Amino acid sequence: MARPASDDSSQLESTPTARQATDSALVDRLRAGDDEAFSDLVRSWSPMMLRVARTYVSTDASAQEVVQEAWLAVIRGLDRFEGRSSLRTWVLAILANLGRTRGVREARTIPWSSLGPSETDGPAVGRDRFGGPDDAWPRNWTPVGAPRPWQPSPEDEAVARQVSGELSDALAELPERQRIVVSLRDVHGLSSDEVCSVLGVSAGNQRVLLHRARSRLRGHLEQHYATRPAGWGS
Amino acid sequence: MGLVTDEHPAPGLAVTCQEVVELVTDYLEGALDEDSAAEVAAHLRLCGGCAEYVEQMRATIRALGQVPVATLSEAAQADLVQAFRDLRRPDQSRQGDG
Repeated sequence: MARPASDDSSQLESTPTARQATDSALVDRLRAGDDEAFSDLVRSWSPMMLRVARTYVSTDASAQEVVQEAWLAVIRGLDRFEGRSSLRTWVLAILANLGRTRGVREARTIPWSSLGPSETDGPAVGRDRFGGPDDAWPRNWTPVGAPRPWQPSPEDEAVARQVSGELSDALAELPERQRIVVSLRDVHGLSSDEVCSVLGVSAGNQRVLLHRARSRLRGHLEQHYATRPAGWGS
Repeated sequence: MGLVTDEHPAPGLAVTCQEVVELVTDYLEGALDEDSAAEVAAHLRLCGGCAEYVEQMRATIRALGQVPVATLSEAAQADLVQAFRDLRRPDQSRQGDG
């Protein structure tokens, strides 16, 4: 409940009027010194901010400090917020500035412009699952290769926890840049614009990394469904 | 179906399943041009395998939103709320103005 689903955030981005109304009500409460509003905000945004901060600095402890610094800067800077971006984008910009400064000191930088083959190569789905040039339907699913429905659905209460565990493990195995992008987008619900701006990655490279990451994660779940059909929920 | 030729395949048949699985992110992100997006959408209406594939991508994305995440310690969060009270106490800002 603390995190917005990515669908919500993209909707938020697409309706600037609604966003501004929500934002300005929230900013009014914060400026009036409403500590409950601030506490809710810290609770709901700190996980996402920690993940962003961790992309600039080399340790979790450093990331925690950067996030705390950023919140203090937000408290002090509230009166300067003009509502030209969403409140969240403004907070992220403050965080990114602090994180970058600290990252330079810690000599930690991730190159986002030059993606290597390990980050971008490989098909989303194995080639053997599609028809070859001599088959009736070249490059389309073979009867055996076509995806099977997932039963029970990953959202089913009986398996949701195991699905989460599988995805956590699979995330840890992704190449770093894929892991960062898919975590910010899908785990933390940032929009593509927000990810591009905090990471300094182009929209195209962001999509390539997101595509590779999501494809692998889907494949990981698929394999899990295929190999232990009876193991779920037990 | 008899009208389908290599030059003018029916909507949804100009793109193959193998291409669809590589276009799915651009499709979901709204990054495809209008014609390509329409072609993928038409393909998904014809092809159960690809429709299932896209649904699995969506399910994966939704499930990622439920993965446990780290946050600041309760103590650090409490410190921040205290800092907020200290720095933005309503009566204090009024005094500052006056």
